[in-house]
Amino acid sequence: MSATSYSVRHHTYLDSVFLMRLAKSLETMPGVVDVAALMATPANKQMLRDAGFSGVDVDAAAPDDLVVGVSASTAVQAQEAIAELDHLLSPQAAVETIQRVRTWGEVSTALPRANLAVISVPGEFAAAEIESALDRGMHVFCFSSNVEARDEIRLKGLAHSRGLLLMGPDCGTSIIGGKGIGFSNAVRRGPVGIVGGSGTGIQAVSCLLHAAGSGVSHALGTGSRDASDDVGGVATIDALNALIADAGTRVIVLVSKAPGESTRMRLASLIATSPKPVVTCYLGAAGAGAAATLDDAAAQALARLGGAQATPNGSGPPSAVTHIEGRALGLFAGGSLLLEARGVMEQAGIAPSRFEFVDMGSEELTRGRPHPMIDSRFRADRIAKAGEDASVAAILLDVVLGRGAAGDPAGDLVPAIREATARASGQGRSLLVVVAVCGTEEDPQVRSRQEGKLRDAGVTLVPTNARAAAFVAEALR
Amino acid sequence: MTIADLLREGPIAVSVGVRDFARDLKDQQVDVVEIDWRPPRPADAEMQRLLEKLL
Amino acid sequence: MSTTALDLKSRVEAANTTALARLTAADPVLVDVAPAGDVVEGLEGRMILHAGPPIPWERMCGAMRGSVIGLVLWERWASSPEAAERLLAQGHIRLEPNHHHHGVGPMAGTTSPSLPVWVVENRTFGNRAYCRLAESWQQFGQFDSEALAGLDRWRDVWAPSVRAGLRKRGPVPLKSIIGRALQMGDELHNRPNAASSLFANVMGPAMVDADVPRAALLETMGYLAGNEFLFLGISMAAAKSCAEPMEGVDGSVLVTAMARNGVEFGIRVSGMPGTWFVAPAPSVEGLFLPGFKAEDAGLDMGDSAITETVGWGGFTLGGAPGILALTGGTPDDAMRMTRDMREITAGTSPDYRMPALGFAGCSVGIDIRKVVSTGIEPVIDTAIAHHDPGYPKIGGGLVHAPIECFRKALAEFARRQGVA
Repeated sequence: MSATSYSVRHHTYLDSVFLMRLAKSLETMPGVVDVAALMATPANKQMLRDAGFSGVDVDAAAPDDLVVGVSASTAVQAQEAIAELDHLLSPQAAVETIQRVRTWGEVSTALPRANLAVISVPGEFAAAEIESALDRGMHVFCFSSNVEARDEIRLKGLAHSRGLLLMGPDCGTSIIGGKGIGFSNAVRRGPVGIVGGSGTGIQAVSCLLHAAGSGVSHALGTGSRDASDDVGGVATIDALNALIADAGTRVIVLVSKAPGESTRMRLASLIATSPKPVVTCYLGAAGAGAAATLDDAAAQALARLGGAQATPNGSGPPSAVTHIEGRALGLFAGGSLLLEARGVMEQAGIAPSRFEFVDMGSEELTRGRPHPMIDSRFRADRIAKAGEDASVAAILLDVVLGRGAAGDPAGDLVPAIREATARASGQGRSLLVVVAVCGTEEDPQVRSRQEGKLRDAGVTLVPTNARAAAFVAEALR
Repeated sequence: MTIADLLREGPIAVSVGVRDFARDLKDQQVDVVEIDWRPPRPADAEMQRLLEKLL
Repeated sequence: MSTTALDLKSRVEAANTTALARLTAADPVLVDVAPAGDVVEGLEGRMILHAGPPIPWERMCGAMRGSVIGLVLWERWASSPEAAERLLAQGHIRLEPNHHHHGVGPMAGTTSPSLPVWVVENRTFGNRAYCRLAESWQQFGQFDSEALAGLDRWRDVWAPSVRAGLRKRGPVPLKSIIGRALQMGDELHNRPNAASSLFANVMGPAMVDADVPRAALLETMGYLAGNEFLFLGISMAAAKSCAEPMEGVDGSVLVTAMARNGVEFGIRVSGMPGTWFVAPAPSVEGLFLPGFKAEDAGLDMGDSAITETVGWGGFTLGGAPGILALTGGTPDDAMRMTRDMREITAGTSPDYRMPALGFAGCSVGIDIRKVVSTGIEPVIDTAIAHHDPGYPKIGGGLVHAPIECFRKALAEFARRQGVA
């Protein structure tokens, strides 16, 4: 069934090209099937009728009247689209434009004060763009992955020699002076600086600090490979030194996948002489850093700040844990969150046969499809299928919010979660679904709304990823 | 332009690639221009050779 | 670097300068509107001209087939669409490109002997070019009686009335109309609105003066005043008349025509007259009229890219930002594309200027070497036809001339110059 709604605006002339554009934007609204926006000339009225838009309103319209017809799945959706017209036709709706230029050369006239290049072209082309930016004296945030290691080594050396910071390649998150770059959450400014090669790690720590009432001075991503011995932590060291010198930073958190041995030593000696406390959290390397989990890293940072700091996300997980047989399947959007969760499982002594964790954002699984933080479809399929697998007794998920992430990641997953639960119960099993949301109330997706959707779907919500893993470990024990 | 300058002044950005990144910056009141990037055509030795003679 | 290479380079530069000078010296005037069979050389008997590079009936796209069927019916060479298709399949109707007859036609571009065409003379060189009327139905492939009725009015009333007016007042210089229209937000391809009005202003008094009977006068005035695409046929004929003298300058690599038949996109190059360099026609990025969607669209079609060839259309988007809404773009995008075109052209026009760009002249003289070396493809704004026969206009948008045409042309040019 579909419903049609009309708006006739008398004595309103709009150019046909503008009207086609108007129709196109209304067509993107929920449930909208077709939109016709035309001046009501006799020929256009015929076109409206041919397209299935007819009625008294249309017949009566004069050539200088604007007719907009919307057909949608429901009457409410059709009316909502018509209501959106007021917004689209208001003078304020004129698009705020971002100036576009063709070459790096033109940047110097278009924005002479530019100090940061944000590069997200396909990996094979990124090195050339990074070099162009460095040649113009700009710092670089490079989101692109799949950049050759030897290019990264060369370019990081080049950046360092010029006093520039090369964040990345494969850098997901930075926050500079309160402005998020790439994937970042809406967190308060505060005394904690964050450095690291782990995008979701930076996101999780910044959200925990925010939840505890503190905040972030700057968060500087360095790229997933920076702390390897091949690259040698060039960006990590430059970023640490910058935060050590930064007056607004009192405590520093370094969050990264396990560094290479010699890089870890270099970092250790820098940290040992640092006048400011540096809390290290090396995911996937038990005991290598001061903090075993991101929760722990945030808590230690807060403790170093002194004063009575609240524990981040104080409310604990549901305490009455049912014991489950079978195994847990973890489907992670954030690679660092997977490492953190695996560390928790290992720490709890859970046998590797009892859990399978999949990095849905890994290179192999994102080849030819978007990252699960942007598009949940592939992960949703895996979730729904897991309901059929009799060996799976629990599903563990992360839901990452913030700029850059999908508009409604929880909503995208809920149908699959319901389906998995229904399939399992169809086979006489119960399925435990445990989710931790990484995000803040101020994020565009609004943490509490995302959690509400998940809770309504019967999900067990746990405030942080580490505690969600601990909760599952407890159930498996 | 040292790293300290960047931290003090905040980002003034040039974005090359994903348009959402530029929009997200603009939404945060960051000055930004985009470079209209297109993948370069695969280096074509034959065309380059001709162009060297003709252009 | 060898001396031969240097010699060749300077010879190409000199030839381009000559070709460009011919283009910028052009002075198009509208001299007549007359049945194509009376004025178009070689258009005789059962023959229909079409847009783009040559293409046989069997390979034509749906819209062009519909448009050809329409003219066969309209010329009364067949009494039903099925009979028309039979005639065409049996090869009883000759099909040739407009461009082979000093002509151009929008979209399918179909032109048959009885169809009146605009006749534009380039006064500087004395050559004439032709273009059929622009409308939104038959040239897009619709061939029912409603679509053909518009051609009847054109043949029987509108064209004769305008012709009478033209004969009375004399040729209408087009440089000033086009120059002013460019300053009023037109780009003379997808937005010829201002030029259409300016032209109607000229023709009204002329037709009165010519004593066109009242009924025909009122009907024709209504047609001129109410048809915002009226001037497209004139601007295309004008562009063709300006571009043609560039043909045949030995050693020049400037483009003299870009044209599409809905299957292939073709270009012609000054120093290699008579040769088409083709690539598969691209699809058009754009917006659709009510009732139509992207999946209905045929591929890029029409001779109208002759306007871009002389520096209008997509090349003057910066002066006509309204048109850019066709791709959801912004005025900045329009400016950027217009500036991009400077990178692939030999010069700018002294006559046609864009106030929005500080009265800079339009970029003219597309150089195939520069297209290949920069990778910047000429931008064209255009209308969209259905992929099946029988439909009117379904939308409009932007398209880029495929670089493959330019690469092929460059390779052939090099071969002919003995450097390959």
